[in-house]
Amino acid sequence: MRYDVFFAGYGGQGVLLAGNLLSYAAIHEGKNVSFFPAYGVEKRGGAAMCTIVFADGDTGSPVVGNPSVSVLLNQLSFDKYAAKVKQSGICIINSSLVDIGGIDLPGVEVIKVPMNQIALDMGDVRMVNMVACGAYIEKSRALLKESLEAALKKALPERNHKLIPANVKAMEAGAQAARG
Amino acid sequence: MQTASLEKIFVKGNEAVAMAALEAGCRCYFGYPITPQSDIPEYLSRELPRLGGEFIQAESEIGAINMLLGASAAGVRAMTSSSGPGISLKQEGISYMAGSELPGVIVDIMRSGPGLGGIDASQADYWQATRGGGHGGYRIIVLAPASVQEMYDLTMLAFDLSDIYRMPTMVLADSVIGQMKESVTPNPRPDTVLPAKDWAVRGREAGEVQNIVKSLYLGDGEMEKFHWKMQARYQELAEKECRWEEVQTADAELIITAFGSTARIAKTAISMARDAGMKVGLLRPITLFPFPKKAYAALSGRCKLFLDIELSTGQMIDDVRLAIARDAEVSFYGRPPGAGSLPTPEELFEQIKKNYPAHV
Repeated sequence: MRYDVFFAGYGGQGVLLAGNLLSYAAIHEGKNVSFFPAYGVEKRGGAAMCTIVFADGDTGSPVVGNPSVSVLLNQLSFDKYAAKVKQSGICIINSSLVDIGGIDLPGVEVIKVPMNQIALDMGDVRMVNMVACGAYIEKSRALLKESLEAALKKALPERNHKLIPANVKAMEAGAQAARG
Repeated sequence: MQTASLEKIFVKGNEAVAMAALEAGCRCYFGYPITPQSDIPEYLSRELPRLGGEFIQAESEIGAINMLLGASAAGVRAMTSSSGPGISLKQEGISYMAGSELPGVIVDIMRSGPGLGGIDASQADYWQATRGGGHGGYRIIVLAPASVQEMYDLTMLAFDLSDIYRMPTMVLADSVIGQMKESVTPNPRPDTVLPAKDWAVRGREAGEVQNIVKSLYLGDGEMEKFHWKMQARYQELAEKECRWEEVQTADAELIITAFGSTARIAKTAISMARDAGMKVGLLRPITLFPFPKKAYAALSGRCKLFLDIELSTGQMIDDVRLAIARDAEVSFYGRPPGAGSLPTPEELFEQIKKNYPAHV
């Protein structure tokens, strides 16, 4: 089985950390992984995106034109990438920042999760990426929650390991919200 | 040989290059920052001093390549890295190294150009890499990794080939392969038998013969002799060192040929084509110089249609056409590099459908 997911937002939302986390989780499950980041020259505020492909066999292309799952964290990403989601794919959006307006995505399951609000309620808006990861594993069933918990130890620097329980809670809240 | 942990690690392509260089015994690095390769000097600035090596951020790329020349002349394993604008600056030094028969590894993580261009992936420096790049008519060994594991393995190989053939060797990748992260097995340095560097200039003890490293040949017939010697060496390289990968070529009615990042993207497009019942294969050159002509010649005896795909308007296609000659038809699909022009597997699948032979 080969899975792919596309994450996009603006710099500072933790898009690349989310991608790293999912990659480590996939490695934890014995998969081959390719993590392909792309971001603007700005430290914060520019566009940030990444594609993660994981598979039991060859990962093949690190570039994906029509992702099976896209997780879009801001309006710009939604406007630019929502229409690229594959038929019968899933588009998970951060409804705190994204107004889908009248846009229709036929054949795509759209999941709205107020990620900023959930992260804020849990005490820190910076956990928005963890909320997003929780929503992703809930809808895709591509990775186990336990793998993400194990991955946090690898994806986060040692000094931030004390924050792992809070991050796990944020993931659980994201999953809960995605369940609806 | 150092002991290397064989547990898989999850690193960027650029980091894999730096790690392999250390494992290969490289203890001198000279460079200057430029996106998308700066992870290489960043990593080595941290790790080389710990191993007793020398890391120098040179005053410019020209300074760095000439430091590489000097270190190599002294017989040590050394490396530099850059991207298009910096690699252009290094061409003078590379020509001098080629003229002086000096080994040395040069890593080029291609970005778009000409000029400053942009930081997105590109394959438009194929000509510059494989045709020598500088003046005087010479070749360098060029290796084209298509995964983070190959960034590691081919960097290791680059040091060995460079020492064996006494030629500058380039690892030619782009910002896709340099920036992406994959799990990698950090293989230990192989036990390659290497020739003694008895030509190196290290300062002479009494009674030792004098070594001279130079690229100046003024005597009657000297320059010509040098060139014929190098031509023989290029021939030996072509016979012994061509490397390539074939995927599902045995029954292919259409063979995609691509290197580096576009070959990776093409692999998924080929899976899509196979799922749709089309017999499509891949021929991926790993050595761009020496170019694996025999692989093309062998396949073009049976498969009559090739599709060359590049992230440029077509450069490797020159070598593909020379290798295939009149034995098969060669089509081309490429896009100039730049933000937003990286092809997707879906896009390449459309090209496969368009080019797939009608008679099948």
